[in-house]
Amino acid sequence: MEQHDTQHKEHKNTGYGIYILVWLGLVSLTLITVSLAGFNLAGLTVVTALLIASVKSTMVINYFMHIKYESVLFKVFIAICIIIFLVMIILTFFDLTYRPEILTK
Amino acid sequence: MSQIHRDDFGSKMGMWLFLFTELLLFGGMFLLYAAYRFAHPAEFVLAAYRLDVTLGTVNTIILLTSSLTVVLGIVALQRNSKKLSIFFLSTTLAFGLAFLVNKYFEWGAKIHHGIYPKGPELANMSDGEGLYFGLYYAMTGLHGVHIVVGMIILAFVLVQIYKNKITSDNFVRFENAGLYWHLVDIIWIFLFPLFYLIH
Repeated sequence: MEQHDTQHKEHKNTGYGIYILVWLGLVSLTLITVSLAGFNLAGLTVVTALLIASVKSTMVINYFMHIKYESVLFKVFIAICIIIFLVMIILTFFDLTYRPEILTK
Repeated sequence: MSQIHRDDFGSKMGMWLFLFTELLLFGGMFLLYAAYRFAHPAEFVLAAYRLDVTLGTVNTIILLTSSLTVVLGIVALQRNSKKLSIFFLSTTLAFGLAFLVNKYFEWGAKIHHGIYPKGPELANMSDGEGLYFGLYYAMTGLHGVHIVVGMIILAFVLVQIYKNKITSDNFVRFENAGLYWHLVDIIWIFLFPLFYLIH
């Protein structure tokens, strides 16, 4: 199959080295996020923690899960899934902001 | 060699579709977490002080390393080094077990301190702290179940590599098992800062 052949070619380009580099990056980001938690960043604490977590997930998805080298179709599907989740979060927070009574009662 | 129809692309796509359902399963719980944290910000910070950041950090690094050894195992198999591949995969299983052992001690310490449903310590806590620990047990618990399932799947892969059922030109099952393990890793990447690092 054509898909299978292209998959094979790209596999050959990825060696041990790149994965070890990605792993080093992931561990460094973990240590950074832990040390940042010690500082008082007030309202930015959650934002920075989530930002770093998103960068780490992107690295895992692209390299460990091989999406960087996969067909566009996979990327579109993942984007749709993330957008659906973000829409869910945004709509929930609209509700929490404008109808806070739903939490107290 | 017999010619059997194989569709690696479709197989991977199927795996990804399953992963999306997993993402939304955990997504629902993250949504619940976000809503309750929004309602009880101070109580969540207070409750988070009871978690051991060092243990959480160690477990994060354990899980990241276990993900690395899965991909290294796939590369090794592609390069026809079956022994090295089995070695990497066994390392992943060992790391998975280490993660669960740490979790056992972590939960054990919490339960020992009376933080469990109807436990003496939990009864003294505010509603927000109670919700935090409810979510903590439910989310890390569901994640722990995924670690166990991932380890069972990877153990099957290990046996199949050993029996030459998964080989250097037929390894899509190994890749799919790896995808599952990485997803479990990604979920932990979010669980860790949201439960351990709020101060």
